Amino acid sequence: MLLFLGMAFSLGILIPGKFSLKLQYDGDQVLHIVPETLQQVQHLQHLCSTLLLDLWKPLLPEDIRAGEDLHIRVPAPLVQEVKDSLDQHTISYKILIHDVQELVDQSTPETSSQKQIPESYSYTQYHPMEEIYTWMAQIQKNNSELVTQHYLGETVENRTIYYLQISQPSDKTKKIIWMDCGIHAREWISPAFCQWFVKEILQNYESDPKIRKFLQNIDLYILPVLNIDGYIYSWETARLWRKNRSPHMNGTCYGTDLNRNFNSSWGTLGVSYNCSSEIFCGTGPESEPETRAVVQLIERKKSDILCYLTIHSYGQYILTPYGSTTEPPSNNEELMRVAQTAAAALTEKYGTSYEVGPTSLILYSNSGSSRDWARMIGIPFSYTFELRDKGTYGFVLPADQIQPTCEETMLAVTAIIDYVDQKYFPGGATMLTSGSLGLSLCLTAVLTLIVT
Amino acid sequence: MAELPPTHGPASRAAALATAYISHRHGSPGHGWVLRDVRRARREDIDGIGHKYHLEFVLEDIFEKDSTVNCTAEVLYHLGNEKSAPDVQFTIEGELENTDEAHNAFYNRIQSLKKELEAENIPDSYGNVPPEMQPIRALAWAASGYVIWQNSTENTKYQLAQIKHVKQVKRTDEYLEFDYVILLHENVSQEIIPWQMTVLWHPQHGIEVTQNSCQPKHALD
Repeated sequence: MLLFLGMAFSLGILIPGKFSLKLQYDGDQVLHIVPETLQQVQHLQHLCSTLLLDLWKPLLPEDIRAGEDLHIRVPAPLVQEVKDSLDQHTISYKILIHDVQELVDQSTPETSSQKQIPESYSYTQYHPMEEIYTWMAQIQKNNSELVTQHYLGETVENRTIYYLQISQPSDKTKKIIWMDCGIHAREWISPAFCQWFVKEILQNYESDPKIRKFLQNIDLYILPVLNIDGYIYSWETARLWRKNRSPHMNGTCYGTDLNRNFNSSWGTLGVSYNCSSEIFCGTGPESEPETRAVVQLIERKKSDILCYLTIHSYGQYILTPYGSTTEPPSNNEELMRVAQTAAAALTEKYGTSYEVGPTSLILYSNSGSSRDWARMIGIPFSYTFELRDKGTYGFVLPADQIQPTCEETMLAVTAIIDYVDQKYFPGGATMLTSGSLGLSLCLTAVLTLIVT
Repeated sequence: MAELPPTHGPASRAAALATAYISHRHGSPGHGWVLRDVRRARREDIDGIGHKYHLEFVLEDIFEKDSTVNCTAEVLYHLGNEKSAPDVQFTIEGELENTDEAHNAFYNRIQSLKKELEAENIPDSYGNVPPEMQPIRALAWAASGYVIWQNSTENTKYQLAQIKHVKQVKRTDEYLEFDYVILLHENVSQEIIPWQMTVLWHPQHGIEVTQNSCQPKHALD
């Protein structure tokens, strides 16, 4: 009875996570390892050089010896990954320092204002890759109960690709909804949307029962930028670059179109075999490390993945499979229906109209797309979003459109998530179907109890 | 005559072409149009001649999203001869807004410049267009409509992506002349194609593209 009362009157108070762009050592750990074999030494040397880990003892990787102490400082976002790697190679370790920053703080003389003033991250501006890396680490740090950053793979130029997992703590095995952004470098609004999406989910988690409901059974895997090398290239060199940065023909030609590189009728339609083309499909299916990084994870988890979303621009479309054939997928009607609902929800916000349909009919034929591949390996719901606009600005969408674009797109994406959640996890507590409905039911229950 | 779903590729490509043509014919330093929606599309296959699309569509002003205009058009793609531009006939519902005042203001401003106007990257990487560059952008939009019309086929969909470079060329007569290098985005091949255009404009005489040529890809570097 008291439980009802408690639930009736509890209102989530939300404290949005703010964070600072300044360097700190929060959560960094120092590990103590004594390598036993030459193989272990070699693996540790490799780990230190590729991840650029901070060696405290010895100072250089080449001085690592079997039977001798090794102390490494591992930055917080890499801690899990490094430990996983050590476990995999049966290298045992001890944690020498659990949190380097704590130690630093303890040994720093007290000054008048010890606290750093956190700067807010602007979600209504475009951010270069360095800032997105920092943002990911901070998001995990400020929301550690819900968010973990995971290693996906590496780009051609050896940059680490991370995705964020948003997961409500629970004993249950969850199903998964995957969303990736930034497959094409010049489509800047796409990574901006992934960041916005993460922010919205985390900010509204406490106050929005719909979010808590679907997170009961579904984890969200969000990849803010897949084509990191290309994205950086579009910031530093050529704003309208599309592909990745893989070198071909002795470095005289660069880039594979990652969205023609997946193993979905690869190399058949709407592609070029010529590196100088923007739709060059690569030297073979999954020839690119970025493609393989996505494929490896999704293959591994495919029996749990209910929905695959990939975000692009421009054109204002929600595209369904397939691009490589006009033959519709078995669940075409349902796919279309859900997409129409999502597009309608989007239009309600600012009147922006989206078209819905299979790529092969609405646009043109193309093979090797990630969305086709996801559907072909059995992920039931697979959609490509092409965000604003319709060509007025195209790829160079002004920053003042980031907010409205993200707000309306959020409605479409959550409509899809809600549908998937209702379909695979029907029922669920009445409390959580809608805030006010739940509240009034609670109050009714409470009143009934008081009266009887 | 076959009815086409208005969302389908060929219909939207034909409508985009009609839009470019309309922008070329009616564009000015004050206006430019982008295709917002296709309402209806039908296709007629004419033996020995080509494919003719009958379209009803809505245009949106690139400077004012809420300003729209309804149009109809017939677009004929000539069979086999990809060198010849498609034939376009169109009607516009209602009157287009009169921007004579703005035209004269722009004209006078450019004529009174001490140094020839020169600029790059419009819009810039972040989508910004300085207000004084808007007419320059609108002129390019209209002129690119001509280039797009002349080079379109049933399997292409062009859009002006960016003005890479623009330089005014001083003239002794009353016309304003601008030399542009623009970037066209082609939606099927996804190519970014640099294109040079020489554009003449006069408030009373409208826009003329006196010279245009496709540039090699490395013109971007």
